[in-house]
Amino acid sequence: MTDHGLEGLKGMAWLLVLQSLGELLAHALVLPFPGPVIGMVLLLPLLRVPGIHRQVAACAGFLLRHLSLLFVPVAVGVMAHLGLLATYGVRILVVITLSTWAGLAATAWTLRAVRERPAHGDSQGS
Amino acid sequence: MPDFVALWVYLASKPLFGLTATLSVYVLAMSAYRRVGQAPWANPVLWSMLVLATALVLTGVDYGTYFAGAQFIHFLLGPAVVALGWPLYERLGELRQHWHRILLAALVGGTIAAVTAVGLGALFGLPREVLLSLAPKSVTAPVAMGIAEKIGGVPALAAFFAVPTGVIGALSARVLYTRMGFGTSEDDWRVRGFGLGTASHGIGAAHALQVHPSAGAYAGLALGLQVLLASVLMPLVFRWLPI
Repeated sequence: MTDHGLEGLKGMAWLLVLQSLGELLAHALVLPFPGPVIGMVLLLPLLRVPGIHRQVAACAGFLLRHLSLLFVPVAVGVMAHLGLLATYGVRILVVITLSTWAGLAATAWTLRAVRERPAHGDSQGS
Repeated sequence: MPDFVALWVYLASKPLFGLTATLSVYVLAMSAYRRVGQAPWANPVLWSMLVLATALVLTGVDYGTYFAGAQFIHFLLGPAVVALGWPLYERLGELRQHWHRILLAALVGGTIAAVTAVGLGALFGLPREVLLSLAPKSVTAPVAMGIAEKIGGVPALAAFFAVPTGVIGALSARVLYTRMGFGTSEDDWRVRGFGLGTASHGIGAAHALQVHPSAGAYAGLALGLQVLLASVLMPLVFRWLPI
């Protein structure tokens, strides 16, 4: 694709337009969720258009491959909360560890519990 | 002889500094991460954060000055969340086929992760702002920040809590799931990936992707679902159940 560079930029434009629409909707309708999430939902039907799909894929692929970089500036913000962490750091780490294990286990347990059901009677119809 | 201190103060006060430092440190952390075979303990976000925060504290540059430059990277989180619709769209077919099973698991896993975090935190006597910032920690950081803001937590804390949540999930999922009796069948890989994406968001998903392609795909799907479910449900739940 000779137009590849512009494809990515067009994809970025779509993402920004959809985020703006999401922010506008969230603000105007006082919705309880963040603007970018509304933008993400608005993107889903648009991806059926092959041109838009190609443009968004060119940009989203790059952006999501380097997603972890985007967390760094706010993670550095921990330096503004050192006092809080000095007091509660150990307890917070224990809470995060245990609740992450609980989340991992509960998700897999649910998937397994639901998977085993169709083995008894194939109630696929209705 | 030039006054190095004066030169440093000059450079550190420019937005260019925060941007350059963030990108350079991250690129270095990323190469180190690849060099050690992408071991979870070498997580590039964790190490970039530690190196940058330590350097800023030692040189006396305050966070506001740093963020004046780093905000240009931070800003891209918004479009990146919109972009998450793309991997979700790619998996819509599978989602339609198993939607009841997948949705139930995402709902149960996400709820358990949030409820145990807030419950244990309250038990340990953590302050209210910390509890409300812990609630969305299993959702990818940019959305966790938005949710924390809506429910009365601190966005910076929520984003920070998301980092150890991801790293701990990536570190322990293999042992935990093997103990639970999950093997290496195609469906077991999907379960492992989906669990990682649900409980440990992007960092868990990145780990799942390295281990097995099906695990990675389902982790991406789980991450997208958690974004949708948590941002719809958490503000509603916390509006009705004020802590």
